[in-house]
Amino acid sequence: MESLSGRKKVLEQKPMNFMERIYLPAIFKGMAITFMHMFKKKETIHYPEQEREFSENWRGMHSLKRDEQGKERCTACGLCALSCPAEAITMISAEREKGEEHLYREEKYAAVYEINMLRCIFCGLCEEACPKEAIYLDGPIVPADFLRKDFIYGKDKLVEMPINELEALKAVTH
Amino acid sequence: MNILNFLKLSEKVKVTIDGMPVEVEPGTSILNAARQIGGDIVPPAMCYYSKLEGSGGKCRTCLVKVSKGSEKDPRPMPKLVASCRTNVMDGMEVQNITSPEVVEARRGIVEMLLINHPLDCPVCDQAGECHLQDLAYEHGAEATRYEFDRRTFDRIDIGDKIQLHMTRCILCYRCVFVADQITENRVHGILGRGDHAEISTYIEKAIDNDFSGNVIDVCPVGALTDKTFRFKNRVWFTKPVEAHRDCPTCSGKTTLWYKGEEVLRVTARKDEFGEVEEFICNTCRFDKKETKDWVIEGPKKVSRQSVINSNHYDQLQPAQVVKKNLELMEANKEQFERATKF
Repeated sequence: MESLSGRKKVLEQKPMNFMERIYLPAIFKGMAITFMHMFKKKETIHYPEQEREFSENWRGMHSLKRDEQGKERCTACGLCALSCPAEAITMISAEREKGEEHLYREEKYAAVYEINMLRCIFCGLCEEACPKEAIYLDGPIVPADFLRKDFIYGKDKLVEMPINELEALKAVTH
Repeated sequence: MNILNFLKLSEKVKVTIDGMPVEVEPGTSILNAARQIGGDIVPPAMCYYSKLEGSGGKCRTCLVKVSKGSEKDPRPMPKLVASCRTNVMDGMEVQNITSPEVVEARRGIVEMLLINHPLDCPVCDQAGECHLQDLAYEHGAEATRYEFDRRTFDRIDIGDKIQLHMTRCILCYRCVFVADQITENRVHGILGRGDHAEISTYIEKAIDNDFSGNVIDVCPVGALTDKTFRFKNRVWFTKPVEAHRDCPTCSGKTTLWYKGEEVLRVTARKDEFGEVEEFICNTCRFDKKETKDWVIEGPKKVSRQSVINSNHYDQLQPAQVVKKNLELMEANKEQFERATKF
C-alpha cells in the first residue's frame, strides 16, 4: 500500500556475512564495554548505610520543634491541617494544665498530632502555614515499612528531642 | 396638618452611598441604608448590633465621609462620621470605600483596636469567625508598630459555661447591652476607666439567666467564648447545620456545628452581617448536644470566601466542555452526514 505521508522508508535487509553470523566479535565488543565499567566511578551508593547530601531546600520527614526552653511550639491551631492539600494531618487539642508550663508554650497544645506519611506529598505548605514556626520538613527520607498503620506518625516520632536529652545522647556517642 | 406632616415624615428619603442610590425610611442610619444596598460598600461594624438598642458609636470602624449633607444643605460634614450613629437625610451623599480618607482612617482604627489585642488567634476559639480578624485582614496594616507591653488580665469564668478573656476584649459593650436588654437584671458591666476598663461581674458573680449565653454570640472577638466548646476543634473543621427544636423559652432556631457525628457546639443563626437572627436560650445552647434533640433543616449557607467553607466543594461547576451545546451537536451531525455521503 502506498504511504499516505510519503515519508515511509522501507529498510532493505541484507543477508549477514560470515563475521556477523558467528556473533563472536559483537559479543567481545559488548563484554569489553561491560569490563570497562568495572573501573569507572560508581554512581550508586549503599542507601540505608550511606546517605547522599540533601539539597538545602530538601523537604523530608516533618519534625515538631521546641523553643529555647524546650517547650513544644505547636499550639494546635490547625492551619497546617487546613493548608494540607492531601489532608494528611489530623490533631486533637487540649488545654494546658497547671504545672505543665515547662512542656508547652501556649495554653493550648496538640495532645494528638498525626501525619499520614502515605498521604503526605511533602509539598511544605504546612511549614509555610505554621504561625508558630513549629513544623519543619527538615528530616530524612521517610523510611519504608510493611504495614499501613505504621505510616501514621504520631507525636512520638515527630516531636523534636528535648535539648538536654539530645546533648546527653551526643555525649554518649562521642 | 398633622396628617400632612405625618405623610411628609413617612416619605422615603433618597441617599447615595458610594454612587449607589437607595431610598430608605427617614431616621435610618447610614449603616443600615448601606446594608439595604449590601455588598462591599457596607461599612464594617464592631460594636453596632441592630438587635441591641443603643449599641454603636464606640469602635469607630464604621466611619464614612459625608460629601454632601443633604439636598437643603449641601455642605459636606467637616469630619468623618460614625455611620451607625448618623441618620440619613434627603439627598445625602456618602463615600465609604471610594474615599481614600475613610480607608486611611479605618486602617488607623484597626491599629488602635489591635493595640491591646493579644493576637493569639492560633489559640483563640473564635478564630475563623472573628470579626476583628476579618476587619484586620481587610483593612489593617500588615505589622504592628506597638512596642510596649499589652495589658493582660487573668481568665474569668462567668458561670460554668462562659469564659471571659479580657485581654482579647475591644470594649464594644455589646455583651453589656445583651445583659441589659435580654436579661432582666444586669449583673455584669464595665468596671474601671480608660486603659483599665474591663468587662466584669462584681466579685465574679455568675450570670444566672436563661439567655446569658447570647453574650458569646454577640461578642465580635474571642473575649467571650463557650466553655463547652473550649479547644474542642477549630471552627473551620466543623460543619454548620441549621436545625430547630421545640423550645418553650426561645425560638429554638439554631446552627449546630458538627464534627463527624458529634455536635460540638450550638449557636444562634447569624445573618450576613454576623448578627444573630434570634437569641437562643441556654438550654438549647449548652445542654442539647445530641442529634436526636434536633430537627435538621440542612447545611448552613457559608460564603465561598469564608475559611469555614474551605475544602468543601459544594459549588463545583462541571467543566464547560462537558456541557451539551445543542447548536454545536446539530452542526456536527450535519457535517458528518455531508462527509459520509461520498
